[in-house]
Amino acid sequence: MSRRAYTGLAVAAEVAVPIAILAAWQLWTVQADNQHFPRLSTILAEFQDLWLFAQFREHVVPSLLRIGAGFGIAVLAGVALGVPLGLSRRARALAMPHIEYWRAMPPPALLPISIVLLHDIGDRQKIAFIAFFCLFPVLLNTIDGVRAIDPTLIDTARSYDIPRHERIRRLVLPAALPQIVAGMRTSLSLAVIMMVLAEYFSSTSGVGYVLLISKNTFEMGPMWAAILLIGLLGYGLNLLFLLFERRVLAWHRGWRAATPQ
Amino acid sequence: MSGPYTGSDEPRTIGYTSRMAAPGQAAPGVRPLPAPAARASPQRTTRLGELLLPLVSIALSLVLWEVVSRTELVSQNDLPAMSTTFQELWALMQTEEFWKNVGYTVRGWALGLALATLLAVPIGIVLGTSDFAARAFRVPIEFLRPIPSAVLIPLLFLTLGTTLRSEIFLATFGAFWPLLVQTMYGVRDVDPLATETGRSFGVRPLERLWRITLPSALPYIATGLRISSTVSLILAFTAELFMGTPGLGQAMNFAQSYGLNEQLYALAVATGFVGLAVHFAMTALERRALHWHPSQRAATP
Repeated sequence: MSRRAYTGLAVAAEVAVPIAILAAWQLWTVQADNQHFPRLSTILAEFQDLWLFAQFREHVVPSLLRIGAGFGIAVLAGVALGVPLGLSRRARALAMPHIEYWRAMPPPALLPISIVLLHDIGDRQKIAFIAFFCLFPVLLNTIDGVRAIDPTLIDTARSYDIPRHERIRRLVLPAALPQIVAGMRTSLSLAVIMMVLAEYFSSTSGVGYVLLISKNTFEMGPMWAAILLIGLLGYGLNLLFLLFERRVLAWHRGWRAATPQ
Repeated sequence: MSGPYTGSDEPRTIGYTSRMAAPGQAAPGVRPLPAPAARASPQRTTRLGELLLPLVSIALSLVLWEVVSRTELVSQNDLPAMSTTFQELWALMQTEEFWKNVGYTVRGWALGLALATLLAVPIGIVLGTSDFAARAFRVPIEFLRPIPSAVLIPLLFLTLGTTLRSEIFLATFGAFWPLLVQTMYGVRDVDPLATETGRSFGVRPLERLWRITLPSALPYIATGLRISSTVSLILAFTAELFMGTPGLGQAMNFAQSYGLNEQLYALAVATGFVGLAVHFAMTALERRALHWHPSQRAATP
């Protein structure tokens, strides 16, 4: 088989397989007529009814705001804590036991605790919960990124009396940026999961809340529509972040491409 | 033209000028670093400090917890004191119920991780070896992977119900993706020269898989296992908390429903320790399985 024919076949398969899966779903659901697995066409109709855009403001916007706020706080705190921890071995020795413990903790275990502690099931508790668990990927990646900087660079900057804040702004942060961004990407997908968990556990609005209500009322249509929406949300946010990453790290990629490995 | 560090109005000169330092003397504006011996404390003190500092830090935070609660900075009802929590945990540890719950949670984690491994590694090898298969399934994988497994909870609740099967399904689904992706990358990263050499020496495909592909993909698979292990534990616990399958999660749900805050905190602390134990177990396993690999030998001369 020629190379061209092979590529053509591969592209055809790339398009055909997803379509085949969707078609199989539709055919199987029509045939099985199982109330738990509605037809694709039903899910799509329900999706359009709910999210385009009848309940968009009421439930999707709060969820997105919680993700945004929690993620934002996590990134700021993660970098702010990670830089000093990366630079100082002593600070790391102090902080590591806590980081290791909280990182190993399954996040849902803190859901009931966060409600007891904050007396709240609204935005405050949701954002605090999301921010807390999104902190760790950013924090750990920042520490690793800062630690990986060539010590000669830092010593050189120090011996030229470049003030500490300038050193951090012009040397440490840019050098650690690729790793920080990698941590941010992990955190963002974590934020979606934490949002769903927190809202599904207890809330009065949000996509997770719709999931909870439709389960309690045995409405399979809205439930599948919510599942589809959350899937698209995760996929879409990841895609947006990749675009952001390409922009922010353009200089890094260019430099990597230019230097022989 | 003024760069960030050209504050002075003196012209910048490049080359050896009288302003540059003679050998052995610091250049003007350049602060000599203290000699290494003065900067780093002797080896032994550092070692001791590294061992001591974490312990001091843990002790301090426990004391802080106690003080915050005892002084009612946060009411003792909302945040039981550290001593109360650990007393409660100690009392729980005397009960058979508690250890049963720990066992259920660990069982969910282990079965989820095992099933995910059985599925993800073979599929990952196929998708990693065949470029065609990888492209055919790229879109479904890229779409399913970022879906938070938590969305499946209500669906599982209504279809499989509050059963072990639900818990295992959830844990397996979550643990499957990181391991699949890692295996794919690992297999793709096998040195083609090694494979070709094997082929030209007439090594059969299965033998090649066993002796060349798997060993060189193993570090990737091990990383995937470590990630998947965490995910599997989280989702086993999540299933217990949200769906009520027996285990630590269900116990926490009860404690919250009855307003037993001391028990709630004790169980959360215990859950953290289970997480820590699983993490250390997997790290140790990885080190053992990969003791021959350079990534594990960095420290040895």
